[in-house]
Amino acid sequence: MNFLLSDDQLAFLDTIRDLLTDRCDPLRVHAVFDRGESFDAELWAQLCGMGAPAIMIPEAYGGLGLQMIDLAIVAELLGEFAAPTPFLGHALAGLTIALAGDEAQKARWLPALASGELLGTVAWGEGDSRWLPDEWRLGAGSALTGVKQLVPNAAEADLLVVGVEGGLAVVEKGAAFTCTRLDGVDRTRPLDTVTFHGAVAEPLGPRPEDIDRLIDAAAVLLAADAFGGAHRLTEATVEYAKMRVQFGQTVGSFQGLKHQLANMALAVEPMRGLYWFAAHAWDAVPDKARYAAAQAKAHCTDVYLQASRDAVEAHGGIGFTWEHDTHIYFKRAMFDWTWLGQPNRHRLRAATLAGW
Amino acid sequence: MELGFGPEFDSFRAEVRGFLKAHWPPADGDVKSSANENAFVHAAIGEGYLHRNVPRRFGGSEQEPDIVRAEIIREEFRRARAPSGRIPVTGKLVVPTLLDCGTEEQCAQLIPKTLTGEIRWAQGFSEPNAGSDLASLRTRAELVGDEWVINGQKIWSTGAHLATHIFLLVRTEPDAPRHEGISYLLVDLRQPGVTIRPLTQMTRQKEFCEVFFDDARTPAGMLVGERGKGWYVTRSTLKHERSGIGGLTWPLSMFRDLLQLARSIERDGRPAIEDPAIRIELAAIDAELQSLTYSTYRATSHDVHAREVGWFQTMSKLYSTNLAQRISKLGRDIIGDQFLDMSGPNLKMIERFMISLSMSIAGGTSNIQRNLIAERSLGLPRDQHFESASKATPR
Repeated sequence: MNFLLSDDQLAFLDTIRDLLTDRCDPLRVHAVFDRGESFDAELWAQLCGMGAPAIMIPEAYGGLGLQMIDLAIVAELLGEFAAPTPFLGHALAGLTIALAGDEAQKARWLPALASGELLGTVAWGEGDSRWLPDEWRLGAGSALTGVKQLVPNAAEADLLVVGVEGGLAVVEKGAAFTCTRLDGVDRTRPLDTVTFHGAVAEPLGPRPEDIDRLIDAAAVLLAADAFGGAHRLTEATVEYAKMRVQFGQTVGSFQGLKHQLANMALAVEPMRGLYWFAAHAWDAVPDKARYAAAQAKAHCTDVYLQASRDAVEAHGGIGFTWEHDTHIYFKRAMFDWTWLGQPNRHRLRAATLAGW
Repeated sequence: MELGFGPEFDSFRAEVRGFLKAHWPPADGDVKSSANENAFVHAAIGEGYLHRNVPRRFGGSEQEPDIVRAEIIREEFRRARAPSGRIPVTGKLVVPTLLDCGTEEQCAQLIPKTLTGEIRWAQGFSEPNAGSDLASLRTRAELVGDEWVINGQKIWSTGAHLATHIFLLVRTEPDAPRHEGISYLLVDLRQPGVTIRPLTQMTRQKEFCEVFFDDARTPAGMLVGERGKGWYVTRSTLKHERSGIGGLTWPLSMFRDLLQLARSIERDGRPAIEDPAIRIELAAIDAELQSLTYSTYRATSHDVHAREVGWFQTMSKLYSTNLAQRISKLGRDIIGDQFLDMSGPNLKMIERFMISLSMSIAGGTSNIQRNLIAERSLGLPRDQHFESASKATPR
């Protein structure tokens, strides 16, 4: 049994962590957040230079040919730093083409997605909490007409992988569609409503199981982001409790607060194993992968949202302010919780997948 | 990353299976015979499969510590329904303590008989006025000639009414600071100075006992470790309470029972398991169960590779406790009105609803666990009043 990260994985994480420590400090994140920038382009370029978007793209197309666990641990780090990057949509777009594209499509798009020269995203949601493939009503075909909602960074993307009735299609920048930016709660990951007006689309040829795997991949990445954010928030709250003095002593010496923090850590830390397993199952345990992904998404995002509320409470007034970091994580938690469908939805799916 | 045991362990697993195939069930097919069981356990010890941490001269099989091999043995023995030479948990606590801190004579006299079940142990730590604050204990022992004379009362001694011996914390140095005045004694319970009274618990069962000592005696040589250093000896006992992968068996089987219950009980003419509210809660429970499972696998893997486990180190007990209580509450929801009927078919669920509560008390209360998580994992300041055995450093 080796349920741990390899030395190579740890080394890869270290280099990305160094970059984030250097270029994605809280001041920088606040600046992006406050200005409502689309994302931190400089940081994204550096992440691309390190191969973050290339992780799951096959080596034949300029990628690193690694696995979901490798992608997920990077997602965790980006969650830990609340990194304002278009990682989620981009990684899923690349994975979609790698899974469901034909040779020509892969050759055409994957190398540029791996290098970050092109920015990709996925357009799945259709509003009214309709997220999953069997709910996609946007008509398939070589020209798309209709609306997709809550699409990450659609306005900046060079290509959109669109979920359509019974399949997937790629729409490139310049086709007939318009983007309206949502006044989004999580300004580290802006969302657009995309309206297609007969947009030229190139169908991909996914097997049904490919589409399932994409949904699972998204669930795993959201869970990883949630764990990273929740863990960082817990650490930050503990650090604050060790520093803040009231009644002549650090508040972290009061048992009431210690127990709150212990409960918070108790909810958060074990999620690591859950999301690791979901990522590992995606790679290596096919019969458990769907269930594990649904459960990881449901549980980790639920705990993250609660942990972010607990963090505000433990910080007191400062935690409720705009200038503090806490609300940025709080809002990332809201994103992770909602995007792809709320936790109970995935619990019900899990129950069905388990054969209950 | 891999979750199996890796190819290097395949041959070990095959070896264990080969042994089991040859030895269990026994040739005459009588799996209930204690002679057969003893012969099997003896053979398994000979192969190095059971009592691995105990030296051969004390009746064990003296193997290098190896969590992975131990787990393979546990799995294969369970699969073959073979006897595991299991001794009660109190015995599991005292044996490593003796090995760490006992004399050669104590080990030779007590460990072999503990492994065969001839000696059965009770734990005598808590007292009516020394619960979480164990160091305030008042049962005393005086050395008179070559015997310790013991007076006082212990409580919550699991299975003391079925035990032959007890390991005790007693105050031997009344003038010393409270942690320094405690000694660790081994006492034969079968003597006139000992009175054992089982307590009936809320489930109607009797598992815990009060044990009264009224000039009870034990030889001077039954002191473990140095006089006045018993507090540090218990650290060794408590260290062995940490559960590994084996600790997952119980919550997993509780959850299986819960699923079975949800399938078999009907609500509004349909199986309870078809109710969306129940399905959501089942999934939420299983997510926590899987979190516990994979965090345990992760911790075990990290132990094996000498890597820091991190925060999870202090969390298993409280996480399992909360999980068991959540499971028992869903059981309550599913059985409906049968929740009031102790002679109905769902007595087990009613009992679990009660028993799961004892988990937040026994072996360190949940609030003490929160202190441990806050102080040891999160590094928050130590509570000035909270002096757990963990605070003491072994000498």
